[in-house]
Amino acid sequence: MLEIKCPYCGKRSQNEFSYGGDATIKRPKLGEEISTEDWDNFVYYRDNPRGKHSELWHHVSGCRQWFKVSRDTATHEIFDTCKMNEDFNV
Amino acid sequence: MQKYSVFSLVKNAFTNHENWEVAWKDPEPKKEYDVIIVGGGGHGLATAYYLAKEHGITNVAILEKGWIGGGNVGRNTTILRSNYMFDSNAHFYEFGMKLWETLSQELNYNVMYSPRGIINLAHSDAQMNAYARRGNSMRLNGIDAILLGRDDLKKMIPFADFSETCRFPIHGGLMQPRGGTARHDAVAWGYARQADSMGVDIIQNCEVTGFDVNNGKIEGVQTSRGNIKTKKVGLCVAGSTTLLADMLNMRLPIEAHVLQACVSEPVKPLLHNVVTFGAGHFYCSQSDKGEMVMGGDLDGYNSYAQRGNMPMIQHVLTGGLAVFPNFSRLKMLRTWGGIMDMSMDGSPIIDKTHIEGVYLNCGWCYGGFKATPSSGFVFAHTIAQDQVHELNSDFNLERFHTGKIIDEKGVGPKPWIG
Repeated sequence: MLEIKCPYCGKRSQNEFSYGGDATIKRPKLGEEISTEDWDNFVYYRDNPRGKHSELWHHVSGCRQWFKVSRDTATHEIFDTCKMNEDFNV
Repeated sequence: MQKYSVFSLVKNAFTNHENWEVAWKDPEPKKEYDVIIVGGGGHGLATAYYLAKEHGITNVAILEKGWIGGGNVGRNTTILRSNYMFDSNAHFYEFGMKLWETLSQELNYNVMYSPRGIINLAHSDAQMNAYARRGNSMRLNGIDAILLGRDDLKKMIPFADFSETCRFPIHGGLMQPRGGTARHDAVAWGYARQADSMGVDIIQNCEVTGFDVNNGKIEGVQTSRGNIKTKKVGLCVAGSTTLLADMLNMRLPIEAHVLQACVSEPVKPLLHNVVTFGAGHFYCSQSDKGEMVMGGDLDGYNSYAQRGNMPMIQHVLTGGLAVFPNFSRLKMLRTWGGIMDMSMDGSPIIDKTHIEGVYLNCGWCYGGFKATPSSGFVFAHTIAQDQVHELNSDFNLERFHTGKIIDEKGVGPKPWIG
């Protein structure tokens, strides 16, 4: 069982959360010229490291906020969590 | 190579089975090979076998970081099927089913192919309609499919919850009678033994640490046991594909996720088919030893750990008890996990790459075991002929740019959503 620290509610069990994937992908900006390759990369291509991974989680059975988690994909150690508009400290 | 038969069994019984030949050798890596296959799992071993058998290419090495058959080919739930709706999948997996039917004879190794039938349960009228449509698509592609009603199923799985008041009543199901199971380890060992006998070097405890690429062409691989020259490299490393692709500066539409399975204590014969619960994440078959072999869905977050977490086991078994309440008294024997190379449309990638001489076989999601023979067959063709086989022409990398994706499950590029 993962223990995830929601930046709003504190430490809670994994059961309260759902996963949102790679936190580093950015939607291409609206109103600008966008190449099809940029769209493809946004839709289909992700970071998939063995080790430190920035990812999104949703406190779906709690405060319902989305936030960022820095977690090791091999050991599941959670290094840090932060709000969507913040950066990790670790 | 020593042929396995009842006569060789009797003959060796006289010498207390101490004189059997080794099934495959343990060679030192040579300086150079025509083809190097990275990954000694089912797909890698099958690829090497078909390279030797179908294309006469025998100067081949399989490089395996651990031991052969220690990854997903030894961790799956052994299910074989071709019950797909889309043509690309249906043709590819049905070709595989035909190979499964004669594989024990072809390899002179009993892979224990058991066509016990796979039943997908339906729990609503809408689901019955969807299964009727899928069954019709299968039959149009020459695949066996039978639509079962509630009364048919009462005879086949009488111990399932057929009460009228349960949350997900059983309306019927779709069955592929030729679907079933096979002994997963035997598949790896059978391919290994035959490949070895034709001259393939199976090199275990040999980790690939880098690639020598010059002017867009592969020239060799660096390993923990020295550098090896080659003109062609095939990658068959399932969940570790991204780690090798990173060494080649390739970005792939793949995420690594852990999928768990578990077995109960062995009990007397009860469940004669493979059954999937249609309203949740659960499927089950009974092994020849009597254990209930059960699986469900991904843990749901990126993972390279070959072990899982309890919440998903609990979730899967909760679904299992909804359909088979009598399983509540079974004791759990083992749980384990394997790393899935989840592609962004749920279908595999078997293709050439932007580097000349580097070939890619990945993206198997949860379905790699049943594809072992067909994947090996078409990947060997792709490597030997330097062009894709008709059967894997749709499983290309380009589809994530052209939009011609094969999204059988229809969930979009979010592999963790089951």
